[in-house]
Amino acid sequence: MQAHLAATDLACRRGERVLFRGVSLALGPGAACRIAGPNGIGKTSLIRILAGLLRPLAGTVERRGMVALLDDRHALDAQLPLGRALAFWARLDRADVGRQARRLGLAGLEDVPVRYLSTGQKKRAALARLAAQGAPVWLLDEPLNGLDAEGALLCEALVAEHCAEGGIAVVASHQVMAMPAPATLALADFALPGPAGSRQGETAA
Amino acid sequence: MRTIAALLRRDLARLLPGGRGGGMMLPLLFFLAVAMVYPFAVGPDAQLLAATGGGVIWVAALLAAILPLDRLLAGDVEQGLFDQWALRGISEELVIAVRLFAHWLGFGPFLMLAAVPASALVGIDGETLLLVELGLLAGTPGLAAIGILIASLTIGLRGSAALAGLLAIPLAVPLLVFGAGALSAPGEGGLALTGAISLLLVAIAPFAGGAAIRAAREE
Repeated sequence: MQAHLAATDLACRRGERVLFRGVSLALGPGAACRIAGPNGIGKTSLIRILAGLLRPLAGTVERRGMVALLDDRHALDAQLPLGRALAFWARLDRADVGRQARRLGLAGLEDVPVRYLSTGQKKRAALARLAAQGAPVWLLDEPLNGLDAEGALLCEALVAEHCAEGGIAVVASHQVMAMPAPATLALADFALPGPAGSRQGETAA
Repeated sequence: MRTIAALLRRDLARLLPGGRGGGMMLPLLFFLAVAMVYPFAVGPDAQLLAATGGGVIWVAALLAAILPLDRLLAGDVEQGLFDQWALRGISEELVIAVRLFAHWLGFGPFLMLAAVPASALVGIDGETLLLVELGLLAGTPGLAAIGILIASLTIGLRGSAALAGLLAIPLAVPLLVFGAGALSAPGEGGLALTGAISLLLVAIAPFAGGAAIRAAREE
């Protein structure tokens, strides 16, 4: 099955405010897309709409193939040792998370409770789960947050491999991330002019 | 099946007494503590104790069931586990049905076990104890379902622990009326009604809870 992710004419509202309107994208196998834009422009909301976790105000999303999501919530049990927290997901995904965890430099941390891990180590663990999951569509929300230079390189390598194998990657980030021939979607182009000026003063309800 | 087994294994490790979730022993100790304090408060009137003891066990069971509500579902929503499950095609309803079973297993059978020493403390006889045990068997699944319902409805609210208790108590009134009522009006009617209310609550809880979690996601 060929991976496919397409969105037509998406609009998103948070609280009383329409964040963006008219966002469309179409990604086929091996395609990468970077969603760029300043804080509060709606990058996370767009990722969650693409994942099907948030209903768009308007527009449709078409997905073919399983979707995997990486965001700032790592979904790992804080009180469990890392090895067992990852093993839970390995059982659900029928995947070998251990191999990816070693590759991401987590060898030797299996017995350390997740709550003692640093931000970057947790991010690496979430990346290991994502890589092991084997989903053709990757949605990454600020994947480089908390990662050191080596971790960022590993993350970029994972995305490059994923796309080389025919997967789709959508990365929302304000940081520059090396990706194979990415299309860039500047979300600011789709922001509504009216409320955008007063964006700093407002908080999403 | 594999999914259910994996979910159940995680839930049981967290929710069974002595599990890693921590503190699941507390509701049981709390239950016994209430039963222990009650004779001191009422005084050494054996007849009065025996007449009211069954009801006290029921109230203590209700309070013990309410104690763990704040960490039943909220943590998994905050940590993004429900999002990850949804992306894997694992429905909220399935997760909640498994959680409901694990939650009941975490306090129901142990409460029934603890009711034996508790019955000695409040001085009720063997016949009444049997009625209490049967009532708890019929009623605790309903208490667990109420707990799941309230826990899913209060997700994302500040200070939800106290609010959850406040919301759960009125919902538990029918269970208490028929469950504890079976003690003073012997016969199978009260127990059967307790079981019926329990079944209804258990059947509703996964769907209502799933809808509540999806609604909280849209915020």
